[in-house]
Amino acid sequence: MVQDITGGRARSELIAKAGEEVQGRSLWDDARRRLFANKMAVASMIVLGFIALLALFAPWLSPHDYDAVYWEAIGIPPTLENSHWFGTDANGRDLFVRTLYGARVSLMVGIVTTLVALIIGVTYGAIAGYFGGRVDAVMMRIVDVLYSMPTMFFIIILVVVFGRHIVLVFIAIGCVEWLTMARIVRGQTLSVKRKEYIEAARAAGVGIGAIIRRHIIPNVIGPVIVFMTLLVPAVILLESFLSFLGLGVQEPMTSWGVLISEGAQQMENAPWMLIFPAIFLAVTLFCFNFIGDGLRDALDPKDR
Amino acid sequence: MLSYAVRRLLEAIPTLLVIVALSFFLMHSAPGGPFDSERVLPPEIEANLKAAYNLDKPVWQQFLIYLGNALQGDFGPSFTYKDFTVSELIGTGFPVSIRLGLTAIILAVCIGCTLGVIAAMRQNTSTDYTVMGFSMVGITIPNFVMAPLLTLVFGIYLGWLPVAGWGGGAINHMILPVVALALPQIAIISRLTRGGMVEVLRSNFVRTAHAKGLPERLIIWRHTLRAALLPVVSYLGPAIAGLVTGSVVIEQIFGLPGIGRYFIQGAINRDYTLVMGTVITYGTLIVMMNLLVDLVYGLLDPRVRYD
Repeated sequence: MVQDITGGRARSELIAKAGEEVQGRSLWDDARRRLFANKMAVASMIVLGFIALLALFAPWLSPHDYDAVYWEAIGIPPTLENSHWFGTDANGRDLFVRTLYGARVSLMVGIVTTLVALIIGVTYGAIAGYFGGRVDAVMMRIVDVLYSMPTMFFIIILVVVFGRHIVLVFIAIGCVEWLTMARIVRGQTLSVKRKEYIEAARAAGVGIGAIIRRHIIPNVIGPVIVFMTLLVPAVILLESFLSFLGLGVQEPMTSWGVLISEGAQQMENAPWMLIFPAIFLAVTLFCFNFIGDGLRDALDPKDR
Repeated sequence: MLSYAVRRLLEAIPTLLVIVALSFFLMHSAPGGPFDSERVLPPEIEANLKAAYNLDKPVWQQFLIYLGNALQGDFGPSFTYKDFTVSELIGTGFPVSIRLGLTAIILAVCIGCTLGVIAAMRQNTSTDYTVMGFSMVGITIPNFVMAPLLTLVFGIYLGWLPVAGWGGGAINHMILPVVALALPQIAIISRLTRGGMVEVLRSNFVRTAHAKGLPERLIIWRHTLRAALLPVVSYLGPAIAGLVTGSVVIEQIFGLPGIGRYFIQGAINRDYTLVMGTVITYGTLIVMMNLLVDLVYGLLDPRVRYD
């Protein structure tokens, strides 16, 4: 009896040990491993994290306010004096703190808008893909028509119509950028919905909403994540574009697009006003693109 | 082929209708009208003004009137550029924008393809990495950053080229805007060409060509390029859309008198007729170009069948 128990324990320990040795690797473990093996992606994540921290702690990193005007220091070049590390702009405002506030706006626009696009696109695509047939045909035809329209111009019309409020910029961009997301999700859904486990769920009496939410969406999430990482820089770019044209963020709030636009006007006598925000924007875009590429390589099942 | 072209042309009509309708109804749902001002107009004058612009009719009637006029190329009067109709403004801006865009797309295709072919021929050498590195930079740095930087270097520090203005279309005035506009497209096209070339160079028919003893030049020109450039052709649609969007900002930066500038001025001043006129022009242009690209693609790729 005693022997039996110890024997059983030994066996279970053995099994546990063997289990450790040949521990199964899930798709996500695999993807993580591959992502972290990609040096450019890891470096990008670190740099991006650093920029995000700078943006987050912007008010505490500099003694200056983003809208404080220093009459005695208008348009001075970068200097350690008075901690104007990036110099000041043509209105005598500290450029370092303004660049970081720009980062706040740009990153926030990128993330919030991508979430808006994500929610609309995933829901729309999953519904179209799941129902298929005529519903799918009509829904995708709508996407096709919207797709062939000049998106930039519609965003600008939306901004013109509803005023230049930053939240509206978020929503306007999000409303336009969900189309690709919907297409990706629909394609994935079409391929997933024929799988046996969906059939099993349906046989078990699970409702349509629950099947889409619990079974379809988690299974199409891979390509969606990749697209999201590539959408964030695209959205940041769009916001900068709008702000550059004077249609996005309004003074005294700022964003990288506004700063670059101001810098471009002053570049003859104050090139630093252009260069610092431009570097921040370019580096951020680089990082997102590298992470997106890394994620795509990591999650691409064709590699296995 | 012809029936396919006609069918695609017919399919473009609903898209264009949606563009016109969306911009029209969005503009009309905007709070405030064009005659709102600090000074309150006497009601009779306001009524007359509204009647003159058909604003007293129901919205759907206004839409039909607008649609009818737009079909005849009449987009109504501009509210900011008084004394000009929107069509006149677009008429003056269009040649400038088209010249800018055409030059940029030709430049982008020529340079992009050349760079891509060179990179693919010397795959995994330093030449390849340099070209691809530059193309990554070109893809990532937006043209509204690139344009001021180019101006800073070539216009201000080196003083080789004029900083802004159209100069009646003089070549030296066109160089910076065209380059700034073409750079992102050069970057993308060179990547696509390289990708296509690398794939095709590995394929069986190229090996057969080598085995036949064809000279390298002939293999590249006659066999490889034709297959490798298909992705580039199908990218031309998005490329044109990108150029059109880019031209808006480039015209703004360099102060060029194209449609893009009128569009932005219209958007900033809430000049509804001007914005709608330019959007419809741009939309039509993009839809038509996409159509053209699809037809060309069909001509080049015998695997595409029109059914």
